[in-house]
Amino acid sequence: MVTALITVYAKGNLVMRYLLRRIGFYAVAAWVSLTVNFFLPRMMPGDPASAIFARFQGKLRPEEIESLRKAYGLSDAPLLTQFGQYLSSIFHGDFGISINFFPVKVTSVIATGLIWTLLLAGSATIFSFVLGNLLGIFGAWRRGGLVDSVLPPLLIFIGAFPYFFVAMLALYFLGFKQNLFPLRHAYSDSLSPGWNMAFALSVLKHMTLPALCIVGTSIGGWMLGMRNTMVGVLAEDYITMAQAKGIAQRRIMFNYAARNALLPSITSFGMALGFVLSGSLLTEIVFSYPGLGYLLLQAVRNLDYPLMQGLFLMITFAVLGANLLVDMVYVWLDPRIRAR
Amino acid sequence: MQAKQKSADVQATVSGAVMPLPEAAPSRPKRASWLRRFVRNRKAVIGFTIVLFFILVAVLAPLIAPGNPKEFAGRANLAPSAEHLLGTSGQGTDVFRQLVWGTRLTLLVGFATGLLCTCIGTIVGLTAGYFGGWVDDVLSLLMNVVLIIPGLPLLVTLAAFLRPGPTSVVIVLTATGWAWPARVLRSQALSLRSKDFVSAAVVSGEHSWRIIFLEILPNMISVFAGSLVGATIYAIGADVGLAYLGLSDVGVVSWGTVLYWATTNSSMLVGAWWTFIPAGLCIALVAFALAMINYALDEVTNPRLRAEKEVSNALNERTRRHILITPVRRG
Repeated sequence: MVTALITVYAKGNLVMRYLLRRIGFYAVAAWVSLTVNFFLPRMMPGDPASAIFARFQGKLRPEEIESLRKAYGLSDAPLLTQFGQYLSSIFHGDFGISINFFPVKVTSVIATGLIWTLLLAGSATIFSFVLGNLLGIFGAWRRGGLVDSVLPPLLIFIGAFPYFFVAMLALYFLGFKQNLFPLRHAYSDSLSPGWNMAFALSVLKHMTLPALCIVGTSIGGWMLGMRNTMVGVLAEDYITMAQAKGIAQRRIMFNYAARNALLPSITSFGMALGFVLSGSLLTEIVFSYPGLGYLLLQAVRNLDYPLMQGLFLMITFAVLGANLLVDMVYVWLDPRIRAR
Repeated sequence: MQAKQKSADVQATVSGAVMPLPEAAPSRPKRASWLRRFVRNRKAVIGFTIVLFFILVAVLAPLIAPGNPKEFAGRANLAPSAEHLLGTSGQGTDVFRQLVWGTRLTLLVGFATGLLCTCIGTIVGLTAGYFGGWVDDVLSLLMNVVLIIPGLPLLVTLAAFLRPGPTSVVIVLTATGWAWPARVLRSQALSLRSKDFVSAAVVSGEHSWRIIFLEILPNMISVFAGSLVGATIYAIGADVGLAYLGLSDVGVVSWGTVLYWATTNSSMLVGAWWTFIPAGLCIALVAFALAMINYALDEVTNPRLRAEKEVSNALNERTRRHILITPVRRG
């Protein structure tokens, strides 16, 4: 009884140590991005607020400049004090005020886009991950078969296109020429958001094409990665052993081989998340989808620095959080972390 | 197949006999052999042909499409004709001329960034892998932090604060792109670090930097080349993405700015496909060619993939499926 408790405690301790190490890493990453974000405007020659003011060629109202100064925490205080004030305002969720949507707070502007990006990029990424890995499993299982010989070269070819160019092609041929899909926005302009069937259908219809573009360009990586690991795992002795024992093929394929081959995919999922997200932001721009990507474009076009930086921080934090989740899934999937 | 395997076995004994000689002797013929295999590889040939073609286009731009690419050439959005091979853009410039001249800047930015990223990555990665200990801890942490911060928002934020232009783009892309090559080269250096020839060099009192760059680096040229190609693909894609957002100098002519103007003038919605499809195809072709080169490099230098190819050849010959063969490379 006591020994069992001790092992449970020791195991929990190992997991905790692993997770704490990961959390420490994400904290460092968050701190680096916060610091970059703090020093960037200060590296501009002169006072950033005035520099931005000069770029706007006098189109900025004085109260906007004042809010910019405040947003950047620009004062005569020493740099360290400014940094402290900046950190404390970030921790209080204050990212400053958007120039373009003056006087709306950056956080409220981002909140409007966040839900659409979560919906589009989130569902597309998960769909692409699941489908890509399944295809990889089947490709490796029936090596040299139809799935294995046709799909990889095709997907490599599609993957070579820039994300947003695939989106432009799809928009032009399927949206503009064939009129199969709506050309822009997340839902029909004639509808107002609400929990009803018509609105849900409209949202679904509007997100189909952009989501397909993201899936099409990102699925190849998942499939090839999974296939190559799976090929290696299938050559392991324990698979031969399982074959010899006459275990059902399905069981060997999924419970024996795929479960182990999935681990590298899970690790790269966290790493790839930022990349896929970047691509989906560009896809949003092509489709004028009102998510974070579209906001980013607005910020760039209007030199809305606070919004740009707020987006950078929010997206970074989101990716770090997602990675932490992936780590937790990893603990659950890989018993070696628990029992080492 | 039988004969092939036999010759492989013979090779193995030959190289096995050479092994005990001083380390400089076997490494050279080995390197030459992967180069030779690489040149014979079909993917490599396709990739190199396409890349060379575009380099030629960039160099010979004044001959292929004479005239100023920014010049007003006709009415806006003219369809392709004998006079304007790929029609005119929304601003009335000749699309073909813009594409040909744009090759220069796009390739220049791509290759320059790729080279810079790989060089910085090599220095950081080899330093981390060779010295290990706290040096490795600190540098690895740095690499992973740069890798995990999502690229596009960081690029946009960095680029927005610098003066728009190709130089800024190269700086920004290098600042975000060095970490991947560094990671790849670090893991390679880690595995080479424990090899006998490195220990021999350490014992003979060679300077650390000399060991890193003259002993270790030459043994991972294929990994270096692979990183270079990968970084170039990344750079071209990211450069085009930044230009498309309007974050590079939109006054210069590159494939990215062609796409930028095509969107800004909403050429797509007047059906002027020639303003954006050719440019995108060029980008995709270059990226595809570079990816092909990388796959070829991988096939030639990665014994597991090579063995797998032989196994699949054997499978095709016997037309048997569901066979489970452990891929073992002899030689």
